[in-house]
Amino acid sequence: MSADGSETTSVSLFTSDDVARTVSRLAHQIIERTAADAPGSGPVVLLGIPTRGVPLAHRLATRIREFSGAAVHAGSLDVTLYRDDLAGGPHRPMSPTTVPAEGIDGATVILVDDVLFSGRTIRAAFDALRDLGRPARVQLAVLVDRGHRELPIRADYVGKNVPTSREEGVSVRLTETDDVDAVVLRRPTQEDAR
Amino acid sequence: MKHLLSAADLDRDAALSILDEASRLKETLLGREVRKLPTLRGKTVLTVFYENSTRTRVSFETAGKWMSADVINVSASASSVQKGESLRDTAMTLTAVGADALIVRHPASGSALQIAGWVAPGGVGPSVINAGDGMHEHPTQALLDAMTIRERLGGIEGRRVVIVGDILHSRVARSNALLLSTLGAEVVLVAPPTLLPVGVGDWPVRASTDLDAELAGADAVMMLRVQAERMNGGFFPSAREYAVRYGLGPARASRLRENAVVLHPGPMVRGMEIGFDTADAPSSAILQQVTNGVHVRMSVLLHTLVGTEGNPE
Repeated sequence: MSADGSETTSVSLFTSDDVARTVSRLAHQIIERTAADAPGSGPVVLLGIPTRGVPLAHRLATRIREFSGAAVHAGSLDVTLYRDDLAGGPHRPMSPTTVPAEGIDGATVILVDDVLFSGRTIRAAFDALRDLGRPARVQLAVLVDRGHRELPIRADYVGKNVPTSREEGVSVRLTETDDVDAVVLRRPTQEDAR
Repeated sequence: MKHLLSAADLDRDAALSILDEASRLKETLLGREVRKLPTLRGKTVLTVFYENSTRTRVSFETAGKWMSADVINVSASASSVQKGESLRDTAMTLTAVGADALIVRHPASGSALQIAGWVAPGGVGPSVINAGDGMHEHPTQALLDAMTIRERLGGIEGRRVVIVGDILHSRVARSNALLLSTLGAEVVLVAPPTLLPVGVGDWPVRASTDLDAELAGADAVMMLRVQAERMNGGFFPSAREYAVRYGLGPARASRLRENAVVLHPGPMVRGMEIGFDTADAPSSAILQQVTNGVHVRMSVLLHTLVGTEGNPE
């Protein structure tokens, strides 16, 4: 049963091993694209979008350090106050925003989120970033891209592309917040879908 | 939350949610060059003040502007009120103009509740925020006091807060007594017998007339302004006697606990309610209260104009 009481079936997309493997692969891709380990390359800052983007950003930073020795900073970027759908209803309580003490001017900022869907969260993140400084470039890393974009936004690093219908839901669970690493696709059963 | 009319409207969870969000807003804006968030873009907020006020009005105006709302100040002394328009007609007119929130200060107790009933029957209409209604309540002041106490002492639960002075005429005391009790503080009201309200026994607090006896165990001391403009008779013999018995002069301040914090809602009368040096001592949080006021009011605007629970995704 889903939160609203309707019947759903769940399909496992990622097990805990898959999550770990995907994070490692994304870390390698980030090292390659940003040349974070090359001498003279600018600072790289991973900013997770709450809630689950934050632990993902920290995991990526740890992996990047392990693989390349490059010190990348992991922080968080709360976008609640920058959303364009605030007037439409209740908002999620704010979370802290943490950026490096030296700021993000001139850095390569990589936004990290669990699921990329409409793109509106990322649009809000652009506004939030603008109030913090002027990065040299901004990239986006997500664990799952489920499609249905409402804005011309795409991710630079994608863990897995999952074509979904609008009725389906994608839940990412991480040990830091949910005691388990998993990605699950929730589908309404035939009867509810009609 | 549609309106904020009384500190009694806030249960523990609601109050903590406003305070937490206020702290987050303060953190978010700290050290920023651009203190502007787009959150309330397109919202129209009117401050409607029937009594003079600088700090509360400016605080609300700053809060609204930092969140990109259009804030318009309506001063009753320069408005249609002078031409004889009733409070209801003024409120309805401002609603018709297109206000999303009315921030109201009025000398009559209960006026904010009355206005909320007129402009938002059945919950449809602008939000009304009580910025002080007569001798009744001033909930955002209580919230900013709570935020300041929390920052200074690390928490409110179990702390003893002594509120001293003109309790009878003080909306600040009433709102604080309600809110701080809700948040688990032990509240003690200290005043001359003439300035304790009738029925104070029914409040969730303890009342006393002996300041020296209460001071030793206080974690926070809140000095109140003597509201001479609301006094229609002699409530105490002289300012000097008041200062001696109920003022926080240097001798009394020196007997406070080491980490005790001193608050005053302002404007303060130095030398009577509070000593000249006491007001500027490190134990004094008076300017911190003013700073926190802006963040608390941002949070209240966010809670009334946007809402908080749930998840947009």
